[in-house]
This record gives sequence, C-alpha cells and structure tokens, in this order.
Amino acid sequence: MGIAIKMPALSPTMEEGTLAKWLVKEGDEVKSGDILAEIETDKATMEFEAVDEGKIGKIMVAEGSEGVKVGTVIAEMAGEGGEDAAPAPKADESAPPAKAEASPDAPKKPESGTANLAAEIKPAVQDPAIPEGTEFVKTTVREALRDAMAEEMRKDERVFVMGEEVAEYQGAYKVTQGLLDEFGPKRVIDTPITEYGFAGVGTGAAMGGLRPVIEFMTFNFAMQAIDHIINSAAKTNYMSGGQMRCPIVFRGPNGAASRVGAQHSQNYGPWYASVPGLIVIAPYDAADAKGLLKAAIRSEDPVVFLENELVYGRSFDVPKLDDYVLPIGKARIMKPGKDVTLVSYSIGVGVALEAAETLAGEGIDAEVIDLRTLRPLDTDTVLESLKKTNRIVVVEEGWPTCSIASEIAAVVMEKGFDDLDAPVLRVTNEDVPLPYAANLEKAALIDAARVVEAAKKVCYK
Amino acid sequence: MAKPTTPRASSAKAQAAAPAAGADHNRPRPETPTDYEASKEELLDFYKQMVLIRRFEEKAGQLYGLGLIGGFCHLYIGQEAVAVGIQSALKPGKDSVITGYRDHGHMLAYGIDPKIIMAELTGREAGISRGKGGSMHMFSVEHKFYGGHGIVGAQVSLGAGLGFAHKYNDDGGVCVAYFGDGAANQGQVYEAFNMAELWKLPIIFVIENNQYAMGTSVNRASSEDQLYRRGESFRIPGIQVNGMDVLAVRGATEEALKWVQGGNGPILLEMKTYRYRGHSMSDPAKYRSREEVQSMRDNSDPIEGVKKYLIEAGVSEDEIKSIDQDIRKTVSEAADFAETSPEPDMAELYTDVLVEQY
Repeated sequence: MGIAIKMPALSPTMEEGTLAKWLVKEGDEVKSGDILAEIETDKATMEFEAVDEGKIGKIMVAEGSEGVKVGTVIAEMAGEGGEDAAPAPKADESAPPAKAEASPDAPKKPESGTANLAAEIKPAVQDPAIPEGTEFVKTTVREALRDAMAEEMRKDERVFVMGEEVAEYQGAYKVTQGLLDEFGPKRVIDTPITEYGFAGVGTGAAMGGLRPVIEFMTFNFAMQAIDHIINSAAKTNYMSGGQMRCPIVFRGPNGAASRVGAQHSQNYGPWYASVPGLIVIAPYDAADAKGLLKAAIRSEDPVVFLENELVYGRSFDVPKLDDYVLPIGKARIMKPGKDVTLVSYSIGVGVALEAAETLAGEGIDAEVIDLRTLRPLDTDTVLESLKKTNRIVVVEEGWPTCSIASEIAAVVMEKGFDDLDAPVLRVTNEDVPLPYAANLEKAALIDAARVVEAAKKVCYK
Repeated sequence: MAKPTTPRASSAKAQAAAPAAGADHNRPRPETPTDYEASKEELLDFYKQMVLIRRFEEKAGQLYGLGLIGGFCHLYIGQEAVAVGIQSALKPGKDSVITGYRDHGHMLAYGIDPKIIMAELTGREAGISRGKGGSMHMFSVEHKFYGGHGIVGAQVSLGAGLGFAHKYNDDGGVCVAYFGDGAANQGQVYEAFNMAELWKLPIIFVIENNQYAMGTSVNRASSEDQLYRRGESFRIPGIQVNGMDVLAVRGATEEALKWVQGGNGPILLEMKTYRYRGHSMSDPAKYRSREEVQSMRDNSDPIEGVKKYLIEAGVSEDEIKSIDQDIRKTVSEAADFAETSPEPDMAELYTDVLVEQY
C-alpha cells in the first residue's frame, strides 16, 4: 500500500492553493528532504518537501491546478521498501503501550474556530459614498491596502512605509507586495525586529514632518511599542498646545488568526479606542480598506489602522475611481432592516451579515451597521438605526469586558434609552485567552449562530 | 574678533576626551576633540546663557516652593555647560534637538523667551504649550526643538526618527538627542542605536551623565559605567567629555558634527556633569553627601569656569556684575509675567486633542 501525499497547509490560514509545478515525475526515487513540488498560496510560492523515502507512484493532481484544497491527495508514493519507507518509531519497552489506533472521536483534521468567522458575505447595499454608475473591480483586501499605500506614495513624497519584512520579503502577509520595486529602498524600509524602536523612529519622523506608515507584523507585537503610540504620538498635539503634530499611521493585522494561540490572537480595538488623541479605524471589506487607509495617510492626526489577517485574502468589489477616499468617523449601513440592529466592525461584520441572512429566513429583518471607525465613534448612525428597530445587538470579535460593545451599550443607554424595547446584548468572544485546541478555539470565538440567538432574544422570538 | 583663550589646567574630576578602550582601530574614528577656542564675544554669550539658566532655575525652585509651579519640576542647575556648549554649535531651524523632562535649560539655550517658558511652568495661557504641557512637555517647532518628553528614553528613538527625517529630506540637518545616565539603561536606546548606525542617520546621542538616575548612582545601575562605550557594540564611536566645561563641550560637539555631517552615521558624547539639586523638587537627595555637592560647586562649577576665562580675556568684574544684574531683572520679569498671566480659558480643555474635525 502506498503513502498518500496530500496538499499541505503552508500557513495557519491556508485553505487551498495552486499546485504550480511538479519537480518530480512518476517513477522518480525520492528521499526525505527532496523538493517534490512548488505550491502557490495567496501569500507566497513555497517548496514542498518529501517526508518519506520511496518511489513516486501516481501523480493525481497535474501541475497548474488551481484551488486545490488542503488535504487533497496530490500523488501516491509506492511503499517500495515496506517498513523502510516509513519506519515507525520503536516503542520504548518501559513506556506504557501506545494506543494502536486514534480514538474514533478525535477529529482527523481539526477545524479552526476561525472558520466560523470566514463568512464570504458581501454587503447588501452599496456605500452611498460611491457615485451611481461606478465600475467595480474585484480586489482582495490585501491588494486594496497595497493600492491605497501606493497611490498615496505617488501623490506625496513624504509618505514612506517602514516595518519588519515590508520591503525585500514583500510583506510578511504580502500587503506591501511590489512597493519596493516601485518606490525603492528609501521609501520602503525593512527594519530589524525592534518594535519599540521603529515605532519611535516613525513617530519622531512624523514630528519632523514626514508621513510614516508603520507596519506591525501583527498588532500583538505592537504591545512592545504601545508607549510610543500613546505617550509619544497621541498626546503630542495636546501637550504642545497644538504646536507639534504627529501625522502617522500604525497599521497591521489585529484580532484572532487561526490556531496561533493566545499571544498572537487579540483584538486591540478597545485599547486604542480609549485613547484621546488617536484615530482608530478597523475596516471590513476591500473598498473600505482602501478608502479609509488613504484617508488615514492623509490625516494630520495619528491613526491606528487595524486590519484582519483572516480577511486579507477575501475579494470584494472596489470602485474603480482615481482617488477613492472615505471619510473617517462615519459608519456604514451594510444591510438595511427594520426589526433589529446588528452593530459590528472588522471581521465581525461578516459574521453579522451571515446572521442577518439566517434571520431573514426566520422572518426577522436585521439592519447591519459597520462602524468602520472606532474612534471617533459614529454614534449618530447607531442611534438613528435604533429609532427604527428599537433593538441592538453588538457583534465583536474580541473580549467582552471594556469593549467596543460595552461602549455602544453605554451610549445607547445614555442617549437612546427611550428608543429601546429590549436590553442591548453583546455577542463577543469568551472572556478567556484564546486557546490553541481547535474545539476550544471554536468555542471561544463568536459565530453567526450566537448572533442569531441574541437577535431573536431581543426580538422576543 | 576672535581671540583664543589661554590654555588652562584640565578639571580634576572629569577626564577630558578619551577614546573608547578596546575599540576596533581598523575602523575610522573621530579625532580626539580639543577645547573650543572661543572669542571674547562668544565667551560672553556662553556666560549670559549659563547664568540665565542658573537664575531661571533658582527662580523656578522658589516658585515651586510657593506652590505656583505644580507636579514634577526638574532643575538643570549644575549642567548648564552641556546645553549651552552643544547648542551654540547648532543651526537652529536646520538642526533639531530633543530631550527628556529636564528641558528648561535646552530651551533657554535656544534663546526662547524666558517669559513663555516660565508661564508654561506656572500653567498659564501664555505658556509655550498654552499651559497644557507643563515643565516636562515644552516644544518649539520653529527652533526645531522637539521637546520635552516625560517617558525616560523615549526621546532617543524619537530623535533617531528626527535624524531619519533629516536624511530622508536631505536637508543637511543633524539631530541632537539628549538623555541621562538613567535613560542609558532603557532597552529602546539600543534599538535606536542599532537603526541609527545601520542607516547612518545624522544624529548625535548625548548622555548627560549627572551621576544619579534619580537616587541611584551610575555604578549601582550600570554594569558598564563608562557610558561613552555604550555605543561601541553598534559601531557608534563614543567620546567622554568634561561636561562642566563649556569649551570642552563645544569642542567635542564640533568634532561630533564633523563626524556626522561627513556621512559617518551617529556618534555618542558622554557629558560628565553634575546636578546640584535633587532629581526633582520633591527629592531630598539623601543618597549623596552635602560635602560631595559642595566639592563640585567649589571645584567644578561651569559658570565659575567661564567667569575665569572672561577675566583672562580681559572682561572686567564690573562688566560681569552688570550682566548678572540684567539677568536677574530678566528672570524676575519672567516670574512676574508667569505669576500674573491668566490661566487657560476653559475652552482650551477640548482644543488640540486632534488636528482635524471628523
């Protein structure tokens, strides 16, 4: 019996890829470490190595095949040497006997909890900011962010991008792909791994008149730099009586990624949104990512721009306009409705939209609001919607305590109390560090089912 | 007309410029600096600035005692030669300066009106930060003086950013980032050193080693207490300077500027200096003896030093006295102004949080 060679997962979020090239053919002898194939993900082209020794049997997936799901058998290796091909580790005799077979309920390939966040749902209505008759181009969030930076760099010599792996590596998540080629090493700058230091260098450069875009590989690492974001960047204008500005963008992925554990999975939206002097933006779709990043780069104020790794690869319609810039501080109605308002931002918007679809099937017409900017918060749009629906559920991929959801609940109580027909409910992640085990991770993160349940509850259904 | 000063004996306490021991001599290094040869006019300017700082700080101490200045207030008394010696070599508006919270002296050395500095200390509308910054948070973008930062060590990374901007804009400017012996143990200082040298940023790092990080002496806090060596592992050459002598400070700054403007990247100057007062106004300074402080005052006072040069250069005692009187008057006017100007309008509470409207 041969050994099945399966399409590998080459990053925590990879679900499928392109089998770009076979480097072996049927009948070739290979040993462990030999490169079998090149596989393209949305981030990079990776080499795929043999683990076992043996002869390549049948190649099942031809080179050039796109969208090959992780786990698909792509070739078979003839188990020529029997046990030699894949020697099983000899059990230590003093050790307790190993279980011969895996327990039948153990999941074969545990599915990450983030799969529940991966709704490919598009906004139901177009952003009214886009003129009628505009042509749209399918663009990933990743490309939209890059296009925003490239357009602003073409316009303004003072704009530069700095961070870890942003230049020669083309971005750890490929957001800065192509920028080095176009703008050169003066304006696309690889830093050492030194978050506190380069956040300070960027902030100082902004004080000195430049327009830095500082990429954090993830916002988890920005914790080492948070002093400069808050103490140096956010407070400068106030402390100087308006004399010294700090026009800088701190950007990078934020929130839970897939199966990366507690230290790499956290939503910092509420942290930064509590700081006067900062602008905090957390877009969901590609059009907003582009229009808001351009606005962030042009702003005279320091901006924390929170992206989400899990949506980088998703495609959305982006208006084909020469200069698509969105207003900061304006929420967007993603789907109009009359029975209940679902308020969310970033990846939570997809979950809310998915829940709204389910609710529609059950006769509940939900309105979905994407806050887009977390500071300043567009409370007017939320309160207007409340007047119509009289019910609010806040959906947040983040912890419940001192969250954006808490803030919305407080604002609604202070300013919209008479419009409420039910208590404001929060659907958030569980109040625990994000666990690694797939089942626990899944239980810790929000999903559409929980949103549906909460929405029904406030509708008394 | 420039007239060289007469040679003089070097200070007993602080050594003059010494190259780093164990340095890699295959790499080019800056020249060993010599004392600056100041003209009589320059000496008079140094004297005036240093006395202004001294009298200003003494007055600030008094106003603090009267409750007119609140919060933290860190005085520069004893360290005057450092800011004056360095900044006299810079071009304001072209070169940039950034420092920590002990910032009054650096602003005065730039010729910024003592009235608006004192009014900031008393939290008045007329203060340079409209009363919203206070002693530790003062800026003058016009002079390219970027503060005035309250987080120990933050100004070093920020300074590297200012150096980055000079290089990016190719404007020929150099950044001077001052920090203390205490800040020299902050991790981000070394992150900034690494990038500054890697990218050859035009920046002079100045450690104002006044011997005490709040109450902890240098050798109780630093495994390498010769702080001028702290940049060597990043290939940043370091020079130790007698920071109590304005001509030694100026001479070292000239050499540092030559090095940095020559495209060699950053340089580190360790200024051996001393603060006569406590770390801040609320520090009783129990960690050192009265005799230690008195001995520094008697033997190494930077103002007495310049006075000596002035007399050697033929300036009369009367002329010096008249300068002293003018400065006392300036400072007392600044104090009056700071005491009598109105506090900020209540509307200022909400201004300057953000630049734009959203």
